[in-house]
Amino acid sequence: MTSLLVMLADVAEPTAGVHPLLKLTGILVVAAGFALRINPLLVVMLAGVVTGLIAGMSFHEVIALFGTYFVENRYMSLAVILTVPVIGLLERYGLQERAEDLVRRRGGATAGRVLLLYQGVREITIALGIPIGGHAGMVRPLVAPMAEGAATAQGELDPKSRAEIRAHAAAAENVGNFFAEDIFIGVGAILLMKGFFDTMGLNVGVWDMALWGFPTALAAFAVGWWRFRALDQRIHRRQQAAATATGGSHDAAQH
Amino acid sequence: MTLLSIESFYLVVGIILGVIAVRIALDADHPSRWGSSLFWALFAATFLLGKQVSPLVIGYLLIAMVVLAALQQVKKSRETTASKPERIASAARLGFRIFLPALLIPVVVVLGSLLFRFFQVGNLRLASAADATLVALGTAGLVALAAAMFVTRAPAATAVKEGSRLLQTIGWPLILPQMLAALGGIFAKAGVGEVVAKLVGNALPTQIPFVAVAAYCAGMAIFTIIMGNAFAAFAVITGGIGLPLIVQQHGGNPAIMAALGMLAGYCGTLCTPMAANFNLVPAMLLELNDHHAVIKAQLPFAAIIFFFNLMMMWLLVFRF
Repeated sequence: MTSLLVMLADVAEPTAGVHPLLKLTGILVVAAGFALRINPLLVVMLAGVVTGLIAGMSFHEVIALFGTYFVENRYMSLAVILTVPVIGLLERYGLQERAEDLVRRRGGATAGRVLLLYQGVREITIALGIPIGGHAGMVRPLVAPMAEGAATAQGELDPKSRAEIRAHAAAAENVGNFFAEDIFIGVGAILLMKGFFDTMGLNVGVWDMALWGFPTALAAFAVGWWRFRALDQRIHRRQQAAATATGGSHDAAQH
Repeated sequence: MTLLSIESFYLVVGIILGVIAVRIALDADHPSRWGSSLFWALFAATFLLGKQVSPLVIGYLLIAMVVLAALQQVKKSRETTASKPERIASAARLGFRIFLPALLIPVVVVLGSLLFRFFQVGNLRLASAADATLVALGTAGLVALAAAMFVTRAPAATAVKEGSRLLQTIGWPLILPQMLAALGGIFAKAGVGEVVAKLVGNALPTQIPFVAVAAYCAGMAIFTIIMGNAFAAFAVITGGIGLPLIVQQHGGNPAIMAALGMLAGYCGTLCTPMAANFNLVPAMLLELNDHHAVIKAQLPFAAIIFFFNLMMMWLLVFRF
């Protein structure tokens, strides 16, 4: 109890007239908005306006800040908008079907193995500073269809399994992208940390920070191995259940 | 002088988005013709006029876009692509060549980000070093588009139609990453991070080294979940928890702390809808009905990697 009081008193230093804890209202707006499934754009805008007003800005100042930051961060949309026309065009000419086909004829391929291989390649290349990948450029046109192709080679694929494969393909991309990145010094994260320490007056070199992330990168791969194997097992069970339900004897005759 | 800057690619993006707006306006069969057309036109305007008009004007354009999306006036067109048998037939006809334009994208990105800065004739540079990666990214998209049109022999109209169709499949979540970045900026300006850092630091018995490490890692993950961005969390949490507690109080190694702390933040990125470009946009792009399906698939990853990474920091940070 006393620690709570000390904690609140300490946080409540008199700054700009408002209680500092009120500044966290925006976070509550975001949490409540997402929980109630209100349109995320609306939630984000409301949270920004509420936070800005509490911090003492005028409505117009907040809206202008939205404008400034939105324009500053246009680069975030660049990759998707410039990649998608290529992918859309190639898909119209059968890119996904071809990617599925490539894997289907390969014995031993499963959805999980395709995704683990992709995560591994993604980790190794990003560790070397090579930025291949992306949800629009790799996952939708190539990785997800290959994983789905591998799974359909082993039996009928129900919509639920298909959705799970796709979600895990996006996970393979994100996990592969994030956790091996710190190993290399040329990437944004290490440079950002270096910049932070420089402004703090601490002398920390880029090579001091590289390589420590290596065990975590291996752990991320191990988790991938486990999750993607579990995915394969779930799909396999469903495919077997479907096979016995519809034409079990037919299936048995083939094996 | 630089030949290619990001601004030139923003112009291209603005034109692409403008073309989508016009196509929707001309499509009498569109389920939400005028609302959708207006949304894409306003988005185009932020790319074409972003630096020319005042931020307040852009802010009001954003309000209009948000209102259109919230009132469900932004929908995808009913246009269909080629049928499955057609696609299989052309895939068989094109063979391995269909992959080449897609594979060209990473190749050009890698070569461009490494080499563009060296192309220089007198005062005229191809791209500045700061812009190199983004310029390479933009160039890759355009080069690959040309290659795709060459390989498939598709007319320009088909490229426009398919690009427009696929971007409409993503729809309004496309602007969510930029909106969240703006919210992150406003949080930072209001000093939200300092309050969170103080709360965490004061609530826990951080005189125990392990608790200090756990508070820092949890702070990174939680603040990343709130902001949707580990980079934004890093300065706040490292300044507020990491440096005073782990480095100054317990004599930990700042380099190890920073490297593993950022990875703890990435575990937060895996769990949050605020990291829309990693978690929500892919769900739309993969046409998943559950917008949170990607996050659900990632939760076991995040939990185990977070715990392992925390243990690594505890084992390493006071020892080296």
